[in-house]
Amino acid sequence: MTQEYSPSELLICLASRVMEDESTAFIGTGIPMLAASLAQTMQAPNLVPIFEFGGTGAILEKLPLAVGDMRTYNKALAASGICDIMETAQRGFVEFGFLGGAQIDKYGNLNSTVIGEQELPKVRLPGSGGGNDVGSTCWRTIAIMIHDKRRFIEKLDFLTTPGFLTGPGAREAAGLPAGTGPYRVVTNLCIMGYDDETKRMKLLSVNPDVTVQDVIDNTGFELLIADEVSQNEPPTNEELRILRKQIDPDGLYR
Amino acid sequence: MNQDLKCIPLVEEGEASLIQPIDLEGFRNHNRGKTKALVDKMMTEEEAIMQFVKNGDYIGFELYGTVRCPMSLTRALVRSGKTDFRLAGQGVHELDLLFGANMIREIDLTYIGLEVYGISANLRRRVESGDITKVVEWSNAGITWRFKAASMGVPFVPARTMLGTDTLRKSSAKVIEDPFTGEKIALLPALILDVGFIHVNRADKYGNCQIDGISGFAFEMARASKNLIISAEEIVSTDEIREHPDRTIIPYYLVDAVVQAPYGSWPGEMSSYYERDEPHYKMFIEKQKTQEGTDEYMKEWVYDLPDHKALLEKLGKERLEKLSLKEDLI
Repeated sequence: MTQEYSPSELLICLASRVMEDESTAFIGTGIPMLAASLAQTMQAPNLVPIFEFGGTGAILEKLPLAVGDMRTYNKALAASGICDIMETAQRGFVEFGFLGGAQIDKYGNLNSTVIGEQELPKVRLPGSGGGNDVGSTCWRTIAIMIHDKRRFIEKLDFLTTPGFLTGPGAREAAGLPAGTGPYRVVTNLCIMGYDDETKRMKLLSVNPDVTVQDVIDNTGFELLIADEVSQNEPPTNEELRILRKQIDPDGLYR
Repeated sequence: MNQDLKCIPLVEEGEASLIQPIDLEGFRNHNRGKTKALVDKMMTEEEAIMQFVKNGDYIGFELYGTVRCPMSLTRALVRSGKTDFRLAGQGVHELDLLFGANMIREIDLTYIGLEVYGISANLRRRVESGDITKVVEWSNAGITWRFKAASMGVPFVPARTMLGTDTLRKSSAKVIEDPFTGEKIALLPALILDVGFIHVNRADKYGNCQIDGISGFAFEMARASKNLIISAEEIVSTDEIREHPDRTIIPYYLVDAVVQAPYGSWPGEMSSYYERDEPHYKMFIEKQKTQEGTDEYMKEWVYDLPDHKALLEKLGKERLEKLSLKEDLI
């Protein structure tokens, strides 16, 4: 019998399970920080978290609140600066990268710049930040999103961060490093991957109490569906215990 | 001009013209004119801004999130009444004050927001109303490598980022086929600041600066600034600097003004010195949602205080000590 859990806790656990031991992950603010911290205590004790302003290999004992705060280089292996980190990713050292945004399309392209036109926009959003760089240079990127039709849309208002752009071969044609690109989309409803041939988003597994139809109903573009859609395991008691007792004792993400 | 010189054709170029033209010779001449003597550069925030900042300058702040943020300099800049700045925008709390006072006209923007607290309402008001007349898009690596190009003294650096996106289309970057490999590569133009503002852990009176922990883009931005204003938590002797020369990431000759500013990053944090003032920051997050709230905040926490000393007195020793990770900062 598992305990009750919040949607954020489910997202954190799902994202955490994607990460592999003895690999590198470019970590942004929020859920990715908790996911990386959880992964370090579970299947990936030797995961090397990399923070864009210079922290490499921190032991994430306390939850960082920002990508540059002291906890991002707590007992770290190295404390450098943003050029070193971005150049490290550009040289191919960073396996996973986490992304988010206000909109995502079927090729995993993301918008975090504007709603409306770029000049005199309806809503001015924060901008690329490190998002475009992570999406350009990390080998495999994982987008973490709230799943609804306003966010999963056919056409972005603005393409801030590259997914597969317009489809197969488009990243390489644009000059982006070969073999890089979107890997997973983790949402409050499901986990999606990408079809090898078409590079389009594809439903792989659904969260507890979610149906395939629920996912389709909340997606604003035609989603590919895997031949066998599996069920994601809910957070285990151990994952919840570590999250609540060690990683986020103040309950910021409960 | 060598007639045999083959010009590499552009594959693509961003639509935006450069907010700050690339003037490498002007930069070299300016740098030649800066004193190389060890002279005392200590002054107040107000004196530094009076002496080194002009209306319409292209300015930049170095920080990450609310960490090591030159806030005492920011508040003094707002109070100075100087305005119509062009800006390299990677920022959180400090830029909200400049937007609140409507001092910015053009931005090279990479990220302006409140991190876990979301979108900056002051950025929204200024951009959506057209008070800010030009926004040019970049990525974090993009803008930092632009500083790096200036720091190298070259007109651009090539990079494998921003390619294929609207971020590049709405930037001033250009794309060529690299003459060595034939692959497409983005060229990021050098960005030379008229004035840079950086807050450091410690400096001597000549401007030799040391930063603890991660250093963000301080190294590159310091070297990309024509005029560089430093605020420091602690002023130390040059002997102390000389004991750990490997930690000096900004040598004195880059620096024009040194301001002693304990708790200079407040309400933000300073690595190994003090934590963020979370209750104050949360109060600000609520206030910034409206222009009226921003005005009230700025009246109480910027305009009604003549200088940084008055701010520290208003906050009081007890409150500051609660944030402190180190003894005897003030």
